[in-house]
Amino acid sequence: MILDVKGLNVDYITAKGAVRAVNDVSFQLRRGEILGVAGESGCGKSTLIMALIRLLRPPAAITGGQVWLHPREGEPVDIASRTDRELRRLRWRSMAVVLQSAMDALNPVARLSAQFADVLRAHGYKNTEERTAELLEMVGISPDRARSYPHEMSGGMRQRAMIALALACDPELVVMDEPTTAVDVVMQRQILAQILELRERLGFSVVFVTHDLSLLVELADRIAIMYGGRIVELGEAAEIYRAPKHPYTKGLRDSFPPLHAPVTRLNGIPGTPPDLRNLPTGCAFEPRCPRRFADCTERRPELLAVGDALAACHLHDRERTARA
Amino acid sequence: MPEETPVLAAEDVTKHFDTGRQTVRALENVTLRLYRGRIAALVGESGSGKTTLARLLAQFYPVTSGEIRLRGEVVSGPDKDFYGEVQLVFQDPFASLNSLRKVEHNVRRALKLHGHPADDAAVHELLAKVNLTPAADFARKLPHELSGGQRQRVAIARALAVRPSVLLGDEPISMLDVSIRLDVLNLLARLREEEGLALLYITHDIASARYLSDDIYVMYAGQMVEGGPAESVIQEPKHPYTQLLLDSSPDPERAGGSSAFTATAKLGEPPSLVDPPPGCRFHPRCPFAKEQCKTSFPPRTEFADGSWTNCWLHNES
Ligand SMILES: Nc1ncnc2c1ncn2[C@@H]1O[C@H](COP(=O)(O)OP(=O)(O)OP(=O)(O)O)[C@@H](O)[C@H]1O
Ligand SMILES: Nc1ncnc2c1ncn2[C@@H]1O[C@H](COP(=O)(O)OP(=O)(O)OP(=O)(O)O)[C@@H](O)[C@H]1O
Ligand code: SF4
Ligand code: SF4
Ligand SMILES: [Mg+2]
Ligand SMILES: [Mg+2]
Repeated sequence: MILDVKGLNVDYITAKGAVRAVNDVSFQLRRGEILGVAGESGCGKSTLIMALIRLLRPPAAITGGQVWLHPREGEPVDIASRTDRELRRLRWRSMAVVLQSAMDALNPVARLSAQFADVLRAHGYKNTEERTAELLEMVGISPDRARSYPHEMSGGMRQRAMIALALACDPELVVMDEPTTAVDVVMQRQILAQILELRERLGFSVVFVTHDLSLLVELADRIAIMYGGRIVELGEAAEIYRAPKHPYTKGLRDSFPPLHAPVTRLNGIPGTPPDLRNLPTGCAFEPRCPRRFADCTERRPELLAVGDALAACHLHDRERTARA
Repeated sequence: MPEETPVLAAEDVTKHFDTGRQTVRALENVTLRLYRGRIAALVGESGSGKTTLARLLAQFYPVTSGEIRLRGEVVSGPDKDFYGEVQLVFQDPFASLNSLRKVEHNVRRALKLHGHPADDAAVHELLAKVNLTPAADFARKLPHELSGGQRQRVAIARALAVRPSVLLGDEPISMLDVSIRLDVLNLLARLREEEGLALLYITHDIASARYLSDDIYVMYAGQMVEGGPAESVIQEPKHPYTQLLLDSSPDPERAGGSSAFTATAKLGEPPSLVDPPPGCRFHPRCPFAKEQCKTSFPPRTEFADGSWTNCWLHNES
């Protein structure tokens, strides 16, 4: 295990009061595993992964819970409670991030070679040029491009450069926030193929955020589905696709028309995502749920085991009592 | 594709943008035809010229060569009558609505502009047509009080106010949340059936193109490379680029299969349109490229299933 998240809460503290964007989130990430996180816009995906590596910016703040990182060497560290200074030691070496837009992360007025050298030197690498060439080659960029400025590269190439930079100091955990949303499907597949291949070779773990569940089914080992700041289902990727346990997961899955399977009429999910300031008292999905019943407005369903997966839905209460 | 005269067509159009220092060869000899009660999808990677073609069809700017035809007649420039027939729906529903005015104002203005009755009943009827019910409630909202999908439906209602015969949708769902995209697609499908609209659906997402459209056109770097009935293009792609696009698109059915993400072949980058590769513009990335491909653009080959492609692989000569 590389990451053990326990009851994590993240609030946006604004003049109008606090909004909880990540609510009581717990999960474990195995070594070398790719965990996908999917859900509609505003459900808290980005907030969650920025919290995992403590890169939240005000007004966001972690207001509860723990994020235990278990590094290869040394004692486990609770990322949520350490000072920024203490965390600096772990950045790049243990944990790294890839964002949606490389332009947000790369310095537009510095050559790639300089940006790689900065990071590498700060972490004790001597031969930065050689390492930069090696990293760029790893993501399919010819090392002679090292002298390019970010704006001289295509969007796909920039994203791959970002991934190479994230891997510069051989991290154990890489969090990725929609790293391929801004690139074409052809480039997207090339990038994802590379991530998978590098993961095999280098053994890092990934938390991968996207709104594209159909993509995650192919990429991830396990998938967490978020709704209104909470994880509502967590399970093996194939299982999430084949036999979703939560009606929201099913709705999300059925929002993607098939590429080759017979076309049937699909309807997506009626209604709109919940307002985090004003969540229903029971199940947050109740107003949109095709299977809601009396219990759903009364009590909030807990994330509990359903078969090999976890799901937060009262539909499974009955089987649980039957089994107990 | 049917024998009848297309409602709107681009016939052999070329568009070059002169930017002073250089010329961007955005479209080369492209033909696309839109028929009553049919949806044509246009797919292709970023920069392939999809928006440029939609804008030529909408007479935003003139063609460099070739013709835009409305019901068979060559169109020589935009006028009110033309916009009474052809309407464009953009990617960003926010940008296309007046955000300071209520929904009803946005819709009423389009009705008035084209001389149609613009009373409350007419406005409400249009809102109901795009499933914004109760229409009277939605009429009084401001655009920012609506969800993205609802805003896009207002934009469509406004386009319909004109009573067009052609609707051009330039990535109309790509900014919407996945859960509400189908809503807008189903609405477009209904407009095809109920209003007999001719629709162009531009998208990056070939699965949604298949879901919605009757015909699919595939463009690569400004060249139209394949087209035909949606199912033939999806199930039996003829052009290597279409094949690549399909292989690259997410497909959960493939998960766990061997092909998933193993194709790490260096596929390269899309070409420059200032100095495009001669011949078939796909040749630098094409695993099947022959000498011929590097010098001349292949002629069209037609197939029994109604599809066609421009690729030397399918040309015996
Ligand atoms: N600066 C902020 N102040 C107040 N609330 C915020 C702020 N930033 C985000 N939020 C709220 O936090 C919630 C979670 O946002 P987050 O960006 O994590 O969502 P997301 O799942 O990544 O969405 P998307 O798919 O659109 O990227 C949203 O509902 C949003 O309204
Ligand atoms: N007004 C213009 N001046 C110069 N070049 C232009 C102009 N409009 C478009 N182009 C160029 O023409 C090419 C085609 O652009 P277009 O916007 O049609 O592509 P697209 O297929 O719609 O791409 P996307 O999927 O990113 O929307 C691009 O290389 C673009 O940079
Ligand atoms: S708890 Fe009830 S409302 Fe919530 S997802 Fe399950 S069935 Fe639907
Ligand atoms: S014409 Fe030649 S280069 Fe172009 S797609 Fe066909 S085989 Fe490939
Ligand atoms: Mg986000
Ligand atoms: Mg475009």
